[in-house]
Formats: sequence, structure tokens, C-alpha cells
Amino acid sequence: MNSGENPGLYVHVPFCKTKCHYCGFYSSIDLSGIPRWLDALREEALLYRHEFKPFDSLYLGGGTPSVLPERDLATLMECVHDRFTFLPDSEITLEANPDDVTESKVSLLRDLGVNRISIGVQSFDEGELARLGRRHTAKQAEKVLDVVRSSGFDNVGIDLMFGLEGQNQDGWLKTLDRALRFAPDHLSCYQLTIEEGTPFAAESAERRLRVPGEEEQRSLFLATSAFLEERGYTHYEVSNFARGRDRFSRHNCKYWSHVPYLGLGPAAHSFLGGRRWWNVRSVENYCSTISAGGKPVEGFEELDEDQIVLESLMLGFRTRNGVTAELLACAGGAADTLRQLEESGLIEIAGERVCPTPRGFLVADSLPLLFTPCR
Amino acid sequence: MKQIRNFSIIAHIDHGKSTLADRLIQHAGLVSDRQFRDQILDNMDIERERGITIKSQTVTLPYTSKSGETFELNLIDTPGHVDFSYEVSRALASCEGVLLLVDASQGVQAQTVANLYAALEHDLTIIPVINKIDLISADVESVKEQIESELGLDSELAVLCSAKEGRGIEDILEAIVERIPPPRENSEKPLSALIFDAHYDSFRGTIVSCRIFDGSVRPGDVIRFMYNGSSYRVEEVGVFRLMRDPRKELRAGDVGYIISGVKTVSDTRVGDTITLESHPAAAPLPGFKEAKPVVFSSIYPMSSDEYQSLVDSLEKYKLNDAALVYQKDSSLALGQGFRCGFLGLLHLEIVQERLEREFDQSIIMTFPSVEYRFTLNDGSALTVDNPQYYPDPLAIKSSTEPYIKATVIMPERYMGAVMKLCLDKRAENPRFNYPSPGRVEVIFDMPLAEVVFDFYDKLKTVTQGYGSFDYDLIDYRESDLVKLDILVNGEKVDALSLIVHKERAREWGVQVCDRLKEEIPRHQFKIAIQGAIGGKIISRSTVTPFRKDVTAKCYGGDISRKRKLLEKQKKGKKRMKMVGAVMIPQSAFVAVLKTDNE
Repeated sequence: MNSGENPGLYVHVPFCKTKCHYCGFYSSIDLSGIPRWLDALREEALLYRHEFKPFDSLYLGGGTPSVLPERDLATLMECVHDRFTFLPDSEITLEANPDDVTESKVSLLRDLGVNRISIGVQSFDEGELARLGRRHTAKQAEKVLDVVRSSGFDNVGIDLMFGLEGQNQDGWLKTLDRALRFAPDHLSCYQLTIEEGTPFAAESAERRLRVPGEEEQRSLFLATSAFLEERGYTHYEVSNFARGRDRFSRHNCKYWSHVPYLGLGPAAHSFLGGRRWWNVRSVENYCSTISAGGKPVEGFEELDEDQIVLESLMLGFRTRNGVTAELLACAGGAADTLRQLEESGLIEIAGERVCPTPRGFLVADSLPLLFTPCR
Repeated sequence: MKQIRNFSIIAHIDHGKSTLADRLIQHAGLVSDRQFRDQILDNMDIERERGITIKSQTVTLPYTSKSGETFELNLIDTPGHVDFSYEVSRALASCEGVLLLVDASQGVQAQTVANLYAALEHDLTIIPVINKIDLISADVESVKEQIESELGLDSELAVLCSAKEGRGIEDILEAIVERIPPPRENSEKPLSALIFDAHYDSFRGTIVSCRIFDGSVRPGDVIRFMYNGSSYRVEEVGVFRLMRDPRKELRAGDVGYIISGVKTVSDTRVGDTITLESHPAAAPLPGFKEAKPVVFSSIYPMSSDEYQSLVDSLEKYKLNDAALVYQKDSSLALGQGFRCGFLGLLHLEIVQERLEREFDQSIIMTFPSVEYRFTLNDGSALTVDNPQYYPDPLAIKSSTEPYIKATVIMPERYMGAVMKLCLDKRAENPRFNYPSPGRVEVIFDMPLAEVVFDFYDKLKTVTQGYGSFDYDLIDYRESDLVKLDILVNGEKVDALSLIVHKERAREWGVQVCDRLKEEIPRHQFKIAIQGAIGGKIISRSTVTPFRKDVTAKCYGGDISRKRKLLEKQKKGKKRMKMVGAVMIPQSAFVAVLKTDNE
């Protein structure tokens, strides 16, 4: 994994111009709340300024971070640098939506030190984009990719979705192919998941939305893996592909290997020294708690050893890097099980590591249960 | 001089025995209505839930008759299931009369008949009681006819009641004092007391329930159990009035308890005779038998580190259940455990449930087996109740299995279906009786193993619940047996092996494979299930793999949520046993032979 040793900082920008039909993340479409949120964020950052070692990654996620006006982006970056120390060569990522990226915003981002942009393209098919409730067209996305490339970003990621209504393998590979024309350094390919409380969930319940079945999803997943691997991408996590180790998302890798991270903003999660905590979800609640002088933390948990082991298995089996034989032994993993999984082509045993194959990724959610003792 | 009546209530299952007992207790004023819980005598959860009595209990009821005389009525409750027929016989031996309860809508059933015979053996006064007369489907007249024709009793003497509504209770009590003879008095003779039950109390040790036939016993006496010769000093005697009620002495005719520092229930034997060390009876009371287990199954802890806890729990459990026998056992698939002997399937289920509920044990029970007997070529004899110890087939000269005499009573219209079932279950030599118009009684011989497998469930199905069943062990008969092995993912799972009749082996092989296919959850890989005799595969099935369960995203907030889900699934997995790379649910080990039409 390419997580780095140092902690990562996440900032949740909980604003979107409109909500997409599939999205279950927390966000507000009331952009007038931005100033107040920004003020609260600066206060929240103060609470943690001495708790973490220097960071080597910053991730501005959302929501839609690119929705922030240029002035607010500058304020945000200034605040973050004022409150925390970053190592040189830190990975600084911003998630961007094609419809609000302008040339001037891109060049500002570069000036502010952002060195990685992840663009939420989702699809290059106009019909699919409309069905998803996206605010942009395929053309717009292509234009933004050109702008980003030409302004000198050398670490660009594209987010795509598969398993969409009416999508077949050809259509999906066409979308992938169009993405590859921009030679992205990173690709996230997410299977559409029907999240509770979204318009898609309602449509799906009424059978007005029909997504491909389990077998089709499965072959789309495997086709994606083969297609991108053949073209030089490493399938390094269930939904993530990168051109080489140095293009793995350093920040996201921290989530998958218990490296500490601090999450600021509503609904953000943090992890430090076996303790995980999470903030209140609503912007309103978040801002008012902070202005009343409180911590906007909604809950926390202290992980015991068994829970750390279970999470390590759960997260490890979602990454190509897999888990160590030592971890399996510690979890009570049986040789019989390993042999069976290897024979079934779900894992590969490489020295001290046990690594899932793409077919193994497909059953990653249940693999940990095969190795954990029933205590 | 106090007047005593000793009686039991006997009935087919569900004919309302416990409810009637409750009413009698309530009538005697032993509990206030506020304290009253339904089925007072059934104080184990399982008994209350299933509506059956497992451990019999006794209660002494004060009663003043209509003529103004005062009585002590000793109600000796009896277990209501064929597994416990010996206990029933000892309880009956302690009485002078019984209430024979018949459901007004169901009429005379197999256990009614069996119970009547048991009561007649003990020369008891029988009071027929027709219960549930409040039901819309009650047909008192035809039940009366059945009482005449099938039981040979005078139906004019039947007392009508609805225990549920409390109707007829006074009539029953009057019938008890009028018709049941008082116990004969022989207080001058040496002490002779029949043990009909014993239970364990963590403060006082074993509390022996007994009927005094001759002599008397009081605290300070040294008593002797005639079966094993052990002797104890009596600490307390008394009668049961829901709680123990100490008395100065128990005399001939009394029914009560003796506490004498007996450590475990297993130190006593139901049916044994208690006498005085200093002045012993010449001979024990007749009818003593040692309760013999007829059904065997192994108990394993779900996880091997729970073994010691299982050891402790079984020891504690055994304090209160003399009928359970067990010894160490081990299985390649399931590790260290115990081979246990039970009085029957119900007894087995009770032990399983109580270990799980009261002792919080997570256990696997293997499929029950009966005791097979083999004669080997070298002339030696071998008894096998565990398929693991099935002898080398080439060394077997002959084999036998236990047979029962089974009685089924049903409405005539189910005759065809029942006869077909009997043939499927290797029944032999059927005899038919037509005790009353429209009803048939079939008596036949059948291997006990068939009952252990699924006969009773199937009978209930084919007769839509109208068929009743009772059985007695009769003898061992020649039988062509084989051992059916089950392989899961290519590995023989010894705990799933079965001993079956050769002609039925294929059928069982198919059924077990199909059943396991349903029981074993889909894994990440394909699982083959095979049935084999010797090295030969005779049946197979496949558990198809699931091929996708992964969720697309796992970032900050997803991790805790996902882990919690796994923790929950892990709890569910607690009831799974890892065999090789395959998780086999606990339930699979017993469920394999249950019929599909349940």
C-alpha cells in the first residue's frame, strides 16, 4: 500500500448545487451556508492542532468541494495551513464536478498547492448522465479534463460508475475507453449502489429503476478489471485503479491500513490511536455546536484488539496488497480455508502475503468471516 | 385421624392434565389467584412452553368434603410422554387411584389406552374424566361410547369438566374421596417407602419424593436405599404444598419428601425402596428397574475452548437428571465431546434445550442412534450406539437392531396412508382392532431406529394430527445394516455418519445430501456433499457458490458500519462449525433426517 506513515487530513465540504439521484452522502444545497461552515471549520481545526503528527495528505471531499467560490477555497487552504503542518510532497486532492470547474479556478487550485484532482465524470453517455441526475454533459466533462491537463496537473483521477440502468458491457467499455483518452493517472470505478433514502431507492422499490442483476454486475466488474489491467492500470482496491504505485490515492490508502486521519466538517470521521470518532451530520448542528463552544462530535468508539484484527481483514481483503499471513494466523485462519480459496482462484499466496484476485474482490465482504474465530 | 387419598392424573398429551392440576391446586386454596401462574406444577420454562410435564411433582391438597370430613389429597403428577413411562409406572405404584382424563373432542387416544393399562396393572381405581366440555367440538356422548367400548369402563361414572373454565372441579374432588380407597395402614411394620422421583436443590442436596407403604420415618432416623445399600441420616421430612412443608414424621399412606444429605440425584434410583437401617424391611417393593437409555447422541461444544464449560454444565445438569448417562467421546470433525444416552427423543431434546438455555452452552448434537448389536466372525459380541465405532463390515457375522411394539389409533379414513407409512418404515406383523365405529387401532412391530428418524413427524402429517402413537421396546431382531458416511468438500465428517438398514441406505443417502444442501449456506466456493458406503459414493449434491457480495465503497464513515455488520454476522456464525474450509451450521447435524413436509 502507498499510505505513507504520517496522518492524513480530510475536509468535508458538505455542499452541492443539486443532489444526484443515487447519492447517499450528506450534503446541503443551501450554498448560503458556506461562510458559516467555513468559520466553524476554522474553529474545529483549532481543537485538534496539537493532536496529530505532521500530515502528508489532504483530501477535500464532499459534497462538491469544487462548488466553493474561489475566495472560499483560498480561505480554506489558508486555514488548513495555518492550523496544521504538512510535510513537503504532501498529496493534496480536491474532488471536482465538471460543471463548476473553470480555467481560473483550476489555476487558482494549482497556486493553492492542490496537486491532485479527482473529477466526478461518472459516465460519458449523455442518457446515463441525465438518468443519474448529473448537472453536466459528457462534452463538459471532456472539456474540463482538457483544462485540468493543460494547466499542468500531472495527477488526475476520473470517477466513473457502472451497473447503471440499461448499461451493457459494450456501453461500459466505451465509457472506459473515452476516459482512457485523457490518460488518467487514477480511475475509480464504482458499481452503482442503491443507497437508502435516495430517489433511486424509491424508484427501485417501485420497480421503476432496473439495474443489472448480480451476474451481470459481476461480469462488468471482472471486465473492468481485465480491461484496465491490460492497459497498464493496477487494480489496487475493489473500486480503484492507478497507473503505478505512486499514483495510488495516498490519502485513501490510510483508511485501509489504520493510519491515523483527522476528518473536519459535518459527518467527517477521524481515527487516532485505536479511537474512531465522527461528527454530527447536519451543517446546522455542526455550526451551532461549534459556535456554542462545543465539539461537534456525535460518537466515538475505542477499538479493541479483536476489532482491529477484524477491520484489518475486512480492509485488507479489499486491497490487492491483501493481508499478511501473520494477521491471518492471529485471527485464527485455517490452512484448509486458504488452500480452498487459492484453488478456487479467489486469492493468491505470495510469500508472506495473501492477496485477493479480482474474483476474490467480488466476495471481499465475506472473506473476513472465514478467518475470524467465533468468540 | 387424618384421611388420605393418593392419586395421579393420566392423559394423552394435550388432553389438559396440567390445567386440571392447576385447578385442583387453586381450589385447595394453596395459592391466591393473584399468585397463580398457569400450570403451576410445570415450573421449567420448557414444560410451560411445550405444555408437557417433564419432572413429575407432587402436591398435598387439603380438602373438606361435602359431608364435612377433612382429607389430605396427594396429587402425584406424572410425566406425560412415552419416554418417561417407567417414571409414570413408579408414580402410579404410589397411588390408589387415578383420574383418567379424556379430551371431549379428541376422544380416546393411544396414550389414553396405554395409561389405562398401566393403571390396571397397579390395580388402581379409575375415575374417567371428560375434559374440555366447553369446546364447540366437544362430543361427550361419543366420548362416553369410546370409554365403554375402547376402555371397558362404565361411562356413567365419568365426571364431566372443563378445567380451563373451572367447571366440574368439585365433582372430581368428591369422586376422589368417595371412590378412591384410603391407603392401607401398616405403620407398625418396618419402613418401606417407594422413591418415585428425586430432584436437586442447591441448598439441601437431593430431595427424594416417596410414598410410605409401611412404617414411618422421622428426622434423625438412619435410612437405607435398598438398591445400593447406602445409608443416610434423615434431616427433614415433609409434604409438598408447592413449597416444602416440614412434618414431624411421614407415616404409612403418606406421600412426601425426605432430605438426608444425598448429594446428587444419581445417588438415588427411581423405584428403589427406602427402609430403616436399624429395622429393615424384609424385601424391597416390587417393580424396580434401572432406567436404560435407548437413544444415543453425541454432544460437542461449538468451539473447543468451551469444552471445560460443557463438562461443568453436564455435571450440574446431571445432578437433577438421573436418566441421562454420558461418557467422553471425540470426533475428528468436532473435537472433544460426550456420548450421551437418553430415554427417548423428547428426553434428548429436553437435555439439549436445557443445556442451551439454563447453562448457556453452545452445543452441537449429532443425529441420534439406537443401540445396535453385532456378532463378529470370531464369535465375539459388540454393541454399537455410535456410528463411529461401526465394526469392519468384513468382520461382521450378523447384526441386530431393537424393535418396538407400536400402537397407532386413528380415524379409519387415514388407514391407507398410515399403512403405507408403516411399510416405508419397515413395520411388520400389523394387527388391527376396531374399538369403536370409525376408529382403528393398529399394532405392529417396527425398528426403534425408524421412530428415532422421523416416524412420529410423518405420522402426524399423514393423519393430519389425528393419529396417536405409543410404543414399547420388545426385542432385538436380525437386520442387514450398513454405515452411511457423509463427505463434505471431499472430507468425511464422522459426526454425520449414520447406521442404516441396507435397503434404505440409498434413500437416506439422497435425503441427507439434499438436506445438507439446504442447511449449509452458500460459500465463496462450490461445496460437494456426498453420501458413501464403504468407499462407494451413492448420492451427491452441490452447494453452489455465491459469487459477489462486495460493496463498492469503503472510506472513513463506512469502516465502522461495515465492521459492525461483520461482528453481527460473526455472532450468527457462532452457530456454525468449521469443518475443513466449510462452515456447517449447528442445526445441520440433527436436521439432516427431518422430513421436508414439516
